[in-house]
Amino acid sequence: MTSLRLLATAFAAGSLFGLGLIISGMSRPEKVIGFLDIGRHWDPSLGLVMAAALAVAAPAFAWARRRGRTLDIPANRTVDRKLVAGSVLFGLGWGLIGLCPGPALVSLGFASLPGAIFVAAMIFGQKIGARYP
Amino acid sequence: MEIDWSNFTPFQALAGGGLIGAGAGLLLLANGHIAGISGILAHGLDRSLWRAAFILGLILPAALLTLAGQAGGFSPRLALDGPADWLRLGTAGLLVGIGTRLANGCTSGHGICGLARLSPRSLVAVPVFMLAAMAVVAVKP
Repeated sequence: MTSLRLLATAFAAGSLFGLGLIISGMSRPEKVIGFLDIGRHWDPSLGLVMAAALAVAAPAFAWARRRGRTLDIPANRTVDRKLVAGSVLFGLGWGLIGLCPGPALVSLGFASLPGAIFVAAMIFGQKIGARYP
Repeated sequence: MEIDWSNFTPFQALAGGGLIGAGAGLLLLANGHIAGISGILAHGLDRSLWRAAFILGLILPAALLTLAGQAGGFSPRLALDGPADWLRLGTAGLLVGIGTRLANGCTSGHGICGLARLSPRSLVAVPVFMLAAMAVVAVKP
Protein backbone atom coordinates (compact mmCIF):
# COMPACT_ATOMS: atom_id res chain seq x y z
CA MET A 1 0.00 0.00 0.00
CA THR A 2 1.36 3.35 -1.00
CA SER A 3 1.69 5.90 1.80
CA LEU A 4 -0.22 9.15 1.64
CA ARG A 5 3.03 11.06 1.31
CA LEU A 6 4.01 9.09 -1.79
CA LEU A 7 0.57 9.62 -3.29
CA ALA A 8 0.86 13.37 -2.61
CA THR A 9 4.32 13.65 -4.22
CA ALA A 10 3.19 11.61 -7.24
CA PHE A 11 0.16 13.90 -7.57
CA ALA A 12 2.36 17.01 -7.27
CA ALA A 13 4.84 15.63 -9.82
CA GLY A 14 1.99 14.94 -12.24
CA SER A 15 0.64 18.48 -11.76
CA LEU A 16 4.04 20.06 -12.45
CA PHE A 17 4.35 17.90 -15.54
CA GLY A 18 0.85 18.77 -16.75
CA LEU A 19 1.32 22.48 -16.12
CA GLY A 20 4.65 22.36 -17.96
CA LEU A 21 3.01 20.74 -21.00
CA ILE A 22 0.38 23.50 -21.05
CA ILE A 23 2.74 26.46 -20.52
CA SER A 24 5.21 25.15 -23.12
CA GLY A 25 2.40 24.87 -25.68
CA MET A 26 2.90 21.11 -26.00
CA SER A 27 -0.73 20.45 -25.05
CA ARG A 28 -1.54 21.78 -28.54
CA PRO A 29 -0.86 19.23 -31.28
CA GLU A 30 -0.50 21.99 -33.90
CA LYS A 31 2.49 23.32 -31.92
CA VAL A 32 4.09 19.85 -31.88
CA ILE A 33 3.45 19.45 -35.62
CA GLY A 34 5.23 22.80 -36.09
CA PHE A 35 8.37 21.23 -34.61
CA LEU A 36 8.04 18.05 -36.66
CA ASP A 37 7.55 20.05 -39.87
CA ILE A 38 11.28 20.52 -40.25
CA GLY A 39 11.22 20.72 -44.06
CA ARG A 40 8.82 23.64 -44.27
CA HIS A 41 8.03 26.17 -41.50
CA TRP A 42 9.97 24.85 -38.54
CA ASP A 43 9.01 25.95 -35.03
CA PRO A 44 11.97 24.92 -32.80
CA SER A 45 9.98 25.38 -29.54
CA LEU A 46 9.72 21.67 -28.69
CA GLY A 47 13.50 21.40 -28.89
CA LEU A 48 13.81 24.07 -26.19
CA VAL A 49 11.16 22.32 -24.09
CA MET A 50 13.24 19.14 -24.15
CA ALA A 51 16.48 21.02 -23.49
CA ALA A 52 15.02 22.81 -20.46
CA ALA A 53 13.40 19.61 -19.14
CA LEU A 54 16.73 17.79 -19.49
CA ALA A 55 18.63 20.64 -17.83
CA VAL A 56 16.43 20.20 -14.75
CA ALA A 57 15.91 16.43 -14.84
CA ALA A 58 19.54 15.37 -15.47
CA PRO A 59 20.93 16.83 -12.21
CA ALA A 60 17.92 15.39 -10.35
CA PHE A 61 18.70 11.94 -11.76
CA ALA A 62 22.38 12.27 -10.91
CA TRP A 63 21.50 13.34 -7.37
CA ALA A 64 18.97 10.51 -6.95
CA ARG A 65 21.63 8.00 -7.98
CA ARG A 66 24.24 9.44 -5.60
CA ARG A 67 21.83 9.18 -2.67
CA GLY A 68 21.86 5.45 -3.29
CA ARG A 69 18.23 4.69 -2.44
CA THR A 70 16.44 2.04 -4.48
CA LEU A 71 15.20 3.50 -7.76
CA ASP A 72 12.60 1.93 -10.00
CA ILE A 73 14.63 2.44 -13.19
CA PRO A 74 14.62 0.05 -16.19
CA ALA A 75 17.65 -2.23 -16.04
CA ASN A 76 17.42 -3.13 -19.73
CA ARG A 77 20.25 -1.49 -21.71
CA THR A 78 19.97 -3.63 -24.83
CA VAL A 79 19.07 -1.98 -28.10
CA ASP A 80 16.99 -4.55 -29.97
CA ARG A 81 14.60 -4.77 -32.92
CA LYS A 82 11.58 -4.45 -30.64
CA LEU A 83 12.83 -1.07 -29.39
CA VAL A 84 13.46 0.23 -32.89
CA ALA A 85 10.22 -1.14 -34.37
CA GLY A 86 8.22 0.24 -31.44
CA SER A 87 9.85 3.65 -31.77
CA VAL A 88 9.05 3.74 -35.51
CA LEU A 89 5.37 2.86 -34.87
CA PHE A 90 5.15 5.41 -32.08
CA GLY A 91 6.72 8.10 -34.27
CA LEU A 92 4.30 7.36 -37.14
CA GLY A 93 1.31 7.73 -34.81
CA TRP A 94 2.76 10.83 -33.16
CA GLY A 95 3.33 12.54 -36.52
CA LEU A 96 -0.16 11.70 -37.76
CA ILE A 97 -1.92 13.86 -35.13
CA GLY A 98 0.77 15.53 -33.01
CA LEU A 99 -0.30 13.81 -29.80
CA CYS A 100 1.98 11.69 -27.63
CA PRO A 101 0.82 10.05 -24.36
CA GLY A 102 1.35 13.04 -22.00
CA PRO A 103 -0.47 15.70 -24.04
CA ALA A 104 -3.12 13.08 -24.96
CA LEU A 105 -3.98 12.60 -21.26
CA VAL A 106 -3.87 16.38 -20.70
CA SER A 107 -6.42 16.77 -23.52
CA LEU A 108 -8.88 14.84 -21.33
CA GLY A 109 -8.63 17.71 -18.83
CA PHE A 110 -9.60 20.05 -21.66
CA ALA A 111 -12.67 17.85 -22.24
CA SER A 112 -11.54 17.20 -25.83
CA LEU A 113 -13.62 14.53 -27.59
CA PRO A 114 -10.96 13.94 -30.29
CA GLY A 115 -8.45 13.60 -27.45
CA ALA A 116 -10.65 11.00 -25.75
CA ILE A 117 -10.94 8.99 -28.98
CA PHE A 118 -7.16 9.06 -29.32
CA VAL A 119 -6.66 7.98 -25.68
CA ALA A 120 -9.15 5.10 -26.02
CA ALA A 121 -7.34 3.85 -29.15
CA MET A 122 -3.97 4.33 -27.40
CA ILE A 123 -5.00 2.23 -24.39
CA PHE A 124 -6.29 -0.48 -26.75
CA GLY A 125 -2.97 -0.29 -28.63
CA GLN A 126 -1.07 -0.69 -25.37
CA LYS A 127 -2.97 -3.92 -24.67
CA ILE A 128 -1.98 -5.21 -28.11
CA GLY A 129 1.63 -4.07 -27.71
CA ALA A 130 1.90 -5.72 -24.30
CA ARG A 131 1.14 -9.12 -25.87
CA TYR A 132 4.45 -9.16 -27.75
CA PRO A 133 7.09 -10.95 -25.68
CA MET B 1 14.16 24.61 -43.98
CA GLU B 2 12.84 27.92 -42.82
CA ILE B 3 12.35 28.88 -39.18
CA ASP B 4 8.79 29.82 -38.31
CA TRP B 5 9.62 32.82 -36.12
CA SER B 6 5.99 33.89 -35.81
CA ASN B 7 5.11 30.70 -33.90
CA PHE B 8 8.41 30.29 -32.02
CA THR B 9 7.81 30.74 -28.27
CA PRO B 10 11.22 30.34 -26.59
CA PHE B 11 10.31 31.67 -23.14
CA GLN B 12 7.17 29.57 -22.73
CA ALA B 13 9.11 26.57 -24.06
CA LEU B 14 11.93 27.02 -21.54
CA ALA B 15 9.59 27.72 -18.60
CA GLY B 16 7.26 24.84 -19.43
CA GLY B 17 10.18 22.51 -20.10
CA GLY B 18 11.67 23.40 -16.72
CA LEU B 19 8.39 22.49 -15.02
CA ILE B 20 8.26 19.18 -16.91
CA GLY B 21 11.81 18.43 -15.78
CA ALA B 22 10.89 19.42 -12.21
CA GLY B 23 7.91 17.02 -12.28
CA ALA B 24 10.13 14.19 -13.54
CA GLY B 25 12.80 15.06 -10.96
CA LEU B 26 10.29 15.17 -8.10
CA LEU B 27 8.81 11.78 -9.00
CA LEU B 28 12.28 10.28 -9.07
CA LEU B 29 13.63 11.94 -5.92
CA ALA B 30 10.51 11.55 -3.76
CA ASN B 31 9.12 8.27 -5.09
CA GLY B 32 12.02 6.65 -6.97
CA HIS B 33 9.97 6.30 -10.15
CA ILE B 34 10.50 7.26 -13.79
CA ALA B 35 7.98 9.79 -15.15
CA GLY B 36 7.26 7.86 -18.32
CA ILE B 37 3.65 8.58 -19.18
CA SER B 38 3.09 5.59 -21.47
CA GLY B 39 4.44 3.17 -18.86
CA ILE B 40 2.50 4.81 -16.03
CA LEU B 41 -0.70 4.54 -18.07
CA ALA B 42 0.00 0.98 -19.22
CA HIS B 43 0.51 -0.27 -15.66
CA GLY B 44 -2.54 1.67 -14.55
CA LEU B 45 -3.62 0.57 -11.15
CA ASP B 46 -1.35 -2.44 -10.60
CA ARG B 47 -0.36 -2.88 -7.01
CA SER B 48 -0.10 0.74 -5.89
CA LEU B 49 -2.06 3.92 -6.46
CA TRP B 50 0.82 6.30 -7.18
CA ARG B 51 0.26 5.98 -10.92
CA ALA B 52 -3.38 7.02 -10.59
CA ALA B 53 -2.31 9.96 -8.40
CA PHE B 54 0.27 11.04 -11.01
CA ILE B 55 -2.26 10.82 -13.86
CA LEU B 56 -4.86 12.80 -11.88
CA GLY B 57 -2.20 15.45 -11.21
CA LEU B 58 -1.26 15.50 -14.90
CA ILE B 59 -4.85 16.17 -15.93
CA LEU B 60 -5.61 18.65 -13.12
CA PRO B 61 -4.14 21.91 -14.53
CA ALA B 62 -6.04 21.46 -17.81
CA ALA B 63 -9.24 20.59 -15.94
CA LEU B 64 -8.92 23.69 -13.72
CA LEU B 65 -8.35 25.95 -16.74
CA THR B 66 -11.37 24.40 -18.44
CA LEU B 67 -13.60 24.84 -15.36
CA ALA B 68 -12.42 28.46 -15.05
CA GLY B 69 -13.28 29.04 -18.71
CA GLN B 70 -9.63 29.93 -19.48
CA ALA B 71 -8.74 26.91 -21.63
CA GLY B 72 -9.06 28.79 -24.93
CA GLY B 73 -5.51 29.26 -26.17
CA PHE B 74 -4.16 26.07 -24.56
CA SER B 75 -6.61 23.36 -25.53
CA PRO B 76 -5.95 21.12 -28.51
CA ARG B 77 -7.62 22.03 -31.77
CA LEU B 78 -8.37 18.72 -33.39
CA ALA B 79 -10.88 18.28 -36.18
CA LEU B 80 -13.70 15.79 -35.71
CA ASP B 81 -15.86 16.45 -38.74
CA GLY B 82 -16.39 13.02 -40.18
CA PRO B 83 -15.37 9.36 -40.36
CA ALA B 84 -11.96 10.28 -41.81
CA ASP B 85 -11.06 12.17 -38.61
CA TRP B 86 -12.24 9.29 -36.40
CA LEU B 87 -10.13 6.91 -38.48
CA ARG B 88 -7.07 9.16 -38.28
CA LEU B 89 -7.37 9.65 -34.49
CA GLY B 90 -7.98 5.94 -33.95
CA THR B 91 -5.07 4.90 -36.16
CA ALA B 92 -2.70 7.38 -34.54
CA GLY B 93 -3.76 6.36 -31.02
CA LEU B 94 -3.38 2.69 -31.86
CA LEU B 95 0.12 3.21 -33.32
CA VAL B 96 1.19 5.29 -30.31
CA GLY B 97 -0.17 2.65 -27.91
CA ILE B 98 1.44 -0.34 -29.66
CA GLY B 99 4.70 1.49 -30.36
CA THR B 100 5.24 2.81 -26.84
CA ARG B 101 4.65 -0.65 -25.35
CA LEU B 102 7.10 -2.31 -27.74
CA ALA B 103 9.67 0.44 -27.18
CA ASN B 104 8.83 0.64 -23.47
CA GLY B 105 8.65 4.43 -23.51
CA CYS B 106 7.54 7.60 -25.24
CA THR B 107 8.54 11.27 -25.41
CA SER B 108 8.68 11.47 -21.61
CA GLY B 109 10.14 8.08 -20.61
CA HIS B 110 12.76 7.98 -23.37
CA GLY B 111 12.86 11.64 -24.40
CA ILE B 112 13.26 13.17 -20.96
CA CYS B 113 13.96 10.55 -18.29
CA GLY B 114 15.96 8.23 -20.54
CA LEU B 115 18.11 10.97 -22.07
CA ALA B 116 18.59 12.55 -18.62
CA ARG B 117 20.26 9.34 -17.45
CA LEU B 118 21.92 8.65 -20.83
CA SER B 119 20.18 5.33 -21.31
CA PRO B 120 21.57 3.68 -24.46
CA ARG B 121 18.07 2.51 -25.42
CA SER B 122 16.71 6.05 -25.20
CA LEU B 123 19.63 7.44 -27.21
CA VAL B 124 18.40 5.17 -30.04
CA ALA B 125 14.64 5.46 -29.46
CA VAL B 126 14.45 9.29 -29.45
CA PRO B 127 16.04 9.94 -32.88
CA VAL B 128 14.08 7.01 -34.35
CA PHE B 129 10.64 8.23 -33.23
CA MET B 130 11.52 11.86 -34.04
CA LEU B 131 12.57 10.94 -37.59
CA ALA B 132 9.52 8.70 -38.09
CA ALA B 133 7.22 11.50 -36.92
CA MET B 134 9.00 14.07 -39.10
CA ALA B 135 8.65 11.74 -42.08
CA VAL B 136 4.88 11.49 -41.57
CA VAL B 137 4.54 15.27 -41.33
CA ALA B 138 6.73 15.72 -44.41
CA VAL B 139 4.52 13.52 -46.61
CA LYS B 140 1.25 14.99 -45.31
CA PRO B 141 -0.23 17.54 -47.71
